[in-house]
Amino acid sequence: MFSVRNYVKAKSLEEAYELNQKKTSVVLGGTVWLKMGNRQIQTAIDLSDLGLDKIEETEEAFSIGAMVSLRQLETHKGLHEYFHGALKEATRHIVGVQFRNCATVGGSVYGRFGFSDILTCLLAMDTYVEMFQGGIIPLKQFIDMPYDRDILVRVIIKKDNRQVVYLSHRNSATDFPVLACAVAKTDKGVVASIGARPTRATLVEDINNLVKDLHSEEERTAFSTFAKESIFFGSNMRASKEYRQHLTGVLVNRGLCKLAEEK
Amino acid sequence: MLIKFWLNGKQIVDEIDPDLFLVEYVRSKGCYSVKRGCETSNCGLCTVLVDGKPVLSCSTLAARVDGKKVTTLEGLEKEAGKFGEFLADQGSEQCGFCSPGFIMNVLAMENELEDPTDEEIKEYLAGNLCRCTGYMGQLRAIKNYFAWKKGE
Repeated sequence: MFSVRNYVKAKSLEEAYELNQKKTSVVLGGTVWLKMGNRQIQTAIDLSDLGLDKIEETEEAFSIGAMVSLRQLETHKGLHEYFHGALKEATRHIVGVQFRNCATVGGSVYGRFGFSDILTCLLAMDTYVEMFQGGIIPLKQFIDMPYDRDILVRVIIKKDNRQVVYLSHRNSATDFPVLACAVAKTDKGVVASIGARPTRATLVEDINNLVKDLHSEEERTAFSTFAKESIFFGSNMRASKEYRQHLTGVLVNRGLCKLAEEK
Repeated sequence: MLIKFWLNGKQIVDEIDPDLFLVEYVRSKGCYSVKRGCETSNCGLCTVLVDGKPVLSCSTLAARVDGKKVTTLEGLEKEAGKFGEFLADQGSEQCGFCSPGFIMNVLAMENELEDPTDEEIKEYLAGNLCRCTGYMGQLRAIKNYFAWKKGE
């Protein structure tokens, strides 16, 4: 359990940013993960009063405030329709409804957790993070950046007409995923985002243009084999690296099949 | 720090520690139905409603409910009592330890979902663990309760 000396409900992002420059400060998300550690926090920064608990949809993009809960992400009608339920599939297995009403998108994305279903799914989309100081950064770049003292304000998903399918494998319902997988078909070809390797998600792009027709079993197998052979896996208490590598081939292939069905 | 909120309809203004979790705080106000059943935000036993939404009070700081309405089982005695009868009819109470959090989440589900299927019910309640049963009695109780509600 963590301890907190001062609790500040920030009145502006500037104030939150200033307070967060000290190493003993922490920006609070939903506190469900933070609670699992024993940090001694000098100043806890609460962004609740900054109106960041909304999902806004425009012609070009979805803008998701850092304090939006995972449950909001799961049940948002616009996101659900645009991505055919991919984000719902990436959220609905996470513990339970009560948990998802607490956990925030900002916490999940800033944390860049290895086990994150959300991060894996967002990485297969045209996603950007809006940082208070750093500005708008592609998630693909942000995911490998070191943790700094900046504040994540919003997550932006651009509407670029891609199709996305999310799949995960779990040893038991509501547990952390053994492997997380999102595949997408974009104008430039297919991509696969693989998370819970058990390290954080990474993106595999079809640089060799293996998939020209999603209906071709041969092409699907070629890309799923390429995906599982081009990234690193690790072992932990949930699964061995060999098992994760095998699962990657299976889930990427299934995802591509689903994309073919959707078309 | 000072917080002002509503607990089961009653306004409370109180000085609290900033790292106090809601579960301990509402218990200190006499809401003993709310319990900490695990240390990993997984069991659902500590479920309370904040502005009508079910949340884990074991993982929510009391500071976070400032200005909000908190409801525990103690504030829903009538509704909880009625659903409790349906649970008892199926013998699905067993040790009863998980019941308060479970009942809170069933009542939240009743508000949120319309005519849920078995799969939707199971998914909504996946974050409520019961170590005595196989959940079948609870599922029967929920379906009977919803059927009764419809006919009421």
